[in-house]
Amino acid sequence: MDLKTRAAPPTDAEREAVESVLGPTPERSLRDVRGGHALKAKRHLLLPTLHAVNDRVGWISQEAIDHIAERLDASPAEVYGVASFYALFSMTERPAHQVHVCVDLACRANGALDEHDLPPGAHPSPCLGVCEQAPAAFVIDAGHVAQGVVAGHVTPVQIATWTAGATPSSADQPFRATAVPQAGDPSLVLLRRAGRIDPLSLDAYLGDGGFTALARAREVGPEGVIARVKEAGLTGRGGAAFPTAVKWDAVRTQAATPHYLVCNADESEPGTFKDRTLIENDPYALIEAMSIAALAIGATEAFIYLRGEYPRAEATLHHALAECRARGLLGHVGSEGFDISLRRGAGAYICGEETAIFNSIEGFRGEPRNKPPFPFQVGLFGKPTVVNNVETLYNVPGIVLHDGPANRRLFCVSGAVRVPGVYEVELGVTLGGLIDLAGGMREGSELQAVLLGGAAGGFAGPADLDLPLTPDATRAEGLTLGSGVVMVHDQHVDLVDQLRRIAAFFRDESCGQCVPCRVGTVRQEEAVERLAHGIDGTADGTVDLALLRDIGQAMKDASICGLGQTAANAIESAVVRLGVFR
Amino acid sequence: MSEPTTAAITLNIDGADVTVPSGTTILQAAGGRGCGIPTLCYGDTITPKNACRVCMVEVEGSRVLVPSCSRPVEPGMVVRTRSERVDHSRKMVLEFLGSSVDLSLTDHVDEWNAEYGADPTRYGADAATLADQPVKVDNDLYIRDYAKCILCYQCVDACGEQWQNSFVIEIAGRGFDSRVSTENDVSLPDSACVYCGNCIQVCPTGALMFKSEYDMRSAGTWDEEHQTVVDTICAFCGVGCNLSLHVQDNTIVKVMSPSDSSITHGNLCVKGRFGFQHAQNRP
Repeated sequence: MDLKTRAAPPTDAEREAVESVLGPTPERSLRDVRGGHALKAKRHLLLPTLHAVNDRVGWISQEAIDHIAERLDASPAEVYGVASFYALFSMTERPAHQVHVCVDLACRANGALDEHDLPPGAHPSPCLGVCEQAPAAFVIDAGHVAQGVVAGHVTPVQIATWTAGATPSSADQPFRATAVPQAGDPSLVLLRRAGRIDPLSLDAYLGDGGFTALARAREVGPEGVIARVKEAGLTGRGGAAFPTAVKWDAVRTQAATPHYLVCNADESEPGTFKDRTLIENDPYALIEAMSIAALAIGATEAFIYLRGEYPRAEATLHHALAECRARGLLGHVGSEGFDISLRRGAGAYICGEETAIFNSIEGFRGEPRNKPPFPFQVGLFGKPTVVNNVETLYNVPGIVLHDGPANRRLFCVSGAVRVPGVYEVELGVTLGGLIDLAGGMREGSELQAVLLGGAAGGFAGPADLDLPLTPDATRAEGLTLGSGVVMVHDQHVDLVDQLRRIAAFFRDESCGQCVPCRVGTVRQEEAVERLAHGIDGTADGTVDLALLRDIGQAMKDASICGLGQTAANAIESAVVRLGVFR
Repeated sequence: MSEPTTAAITLNIDGADVTVPSGTTILQAAGGRGCGIPTLCYGDTITPKNACRVCMVEVEGSRVLVPSCSRPVEPGMVVRTRSERVDHSRKMVLEFLGSSVDLSLTDHVDEWNAEYGADPTRYGADAATLADQPVKVDNDLYIRDYAKCILCYQCVDACGEQWQNSFVIEIAGRGFDSRVSTENDVSLPDSACVYCGNCIQVCPTGALMFKSEYDMRSAGTWDEEHQTVVDTICAFCGVGCNLSLHVQDNTIVKVMSPSDSSITHGNLCVKGRFGFQHAQNRP
């Protein structure tokens, strides 16, 4: 490769930031050192390195890109291609103080400012995953110690203060357990430690039966663990509901080594906040669950890919991982042992797709890969890999310790209910039952519609209150549980506005790799905008409604991954089931 | 692309049984390029990226359509290369591209638009487009007209690990804003470009073009009908690369290399690609 980098060196701050991830800069010119494969093997550190520079300086200069490229023996164009993929990075100079205001579904239903009404200096953000505290904002201060605070129940006055330079205090952050209205209920399984056990204390976790499931897993061995998971009927909670035991066994029996485990915590589906809630309230259980999963599939290395908008969950996990390493519960000794690396996303919904997550971890653009080959054959670093959602993994310790079906499910209830939050219920509860559990509708609110499963899901109406929230029952209605989003809209919510946002969301978040999604999401948004403004040209909107059907069908049939394949779902269901635009 | 092995696989394409070596793609099994399945991002010297999704076919048992250019055949596979769903998705891909970029120099597009009933104008005059951006002319050898780019990834792959290993260009940005770019969009002379022109060779849409061709097209003097193509051997070094000299009015106007040449696979270096002036220095 002919590296041609500009003569200008990085600033000291940029160089130090890079060194914090990649180690000291060699004294000689890197072009003389010829790092070759040793440097190329660090490519997976590209995303953490970009984060380090962005955290320290607030943006990523051309000199920094050149410097990172040299240090990784990559080309500057590749580094730029990766950096420009992520919404949280900037390649143009900007202030160290950044205010991101959520303009997504739950927040706009709760009175968030519209994208166009934001004060100067505030950036519109997709869902920040604190929908129970909507509306939300995320304030980032780059510097020696970068700081990110996600605040809930924000007011326009607060936003104005923050864009003027102030930073929200930790008091503006919702309490960890606020998201768990059922906290302390003895019947809870997945959320049983929320609000009860200090999430920052390994001793508290050990005192509450922590790591006994791992001990039990070691006794029964990989096949024993998988047999129990199979018997419990555990299925993936990320949206696809694939049987977990099948996935695990497929990787366990692959001849190629090593095997990898990836915990998908890139929770970015608008309206979803259960992964954040689990991690913030009970981080050690995730580590234990991953240790068990790794044992089952024969992995010695695992990754947690956490979305970039979750600073407190990240800090919580960092702390928990460090504690576990200090006590010998994690870490490699020679070739033995098991360890978990924490990777932070940088603002890209697509990276929650199970193959895009591999590319992102490996230091490439987070574009989905073609399947086949499937992750169990060719996954992370080209090796057999299991990708599990956070909630799926939280089921594991209980399954290993106790017999019985994995029939608990988390729902992220937001919107016009009295007590929004993450609710744990036995599978089979009806939509109406769940709304009742969340305190029922707010005073003066009448149910208009419920977004089930997030932006990639669909709308249920008041007639669906008896719908059991099971994968089968929802599928029969053309709906999905998806990631457990139950966003309850009352009569004050403008559904057309919600559809406009859903269309804008997919336009923003399409990776751009395949034509049906890259252009289809744009054409879909244009048609929705025309319908919303009544400029279809036909009195009843037939032209654009037909266009939406055409676009949706092509995205569903021909897109590479699930993002494009589901990008028309919610809009279609609103038109078909609720008669929006009619 | 992995080499086909000798094991034979029988599948059914449009009602007829076909037996091909394992590792063959559906497109190859159906007869390759020109068999009737349209292709845009597919090139014969680059591993298929299947980004354009115009070659989709229906495979029995598959929930979604399947990219024929890259899906390997499997025993017993039942493939339909035309169906309502297939035709619909091809039509939409043609419309999506036709309404967002300039396909005027892309082969077969008019023919396919007619065949699939694609009407790129139905998205209206306000439809977002990339076709109105200026041409990048920053050196004397080739131009980049990204108004014509369909993001087939072939130039990126040819510049990168599949052929040239220069890694000068990458896809940057995301979604509709994705584009082929150098780092920070610096000009080619400021980049590591070695001007091998192998990106021009693989570009299916005329987005990458010899400056000589671009200038003649701009002046209205480009006349393909009156051009001849002369195959010869590059005289510069001992490798013996095959050249296809495109000649108009007794002047070399562009240099390509046959993609089926066992020596070049369509690739050249800067001398073979652009170092032709001496051949026409006449007394």
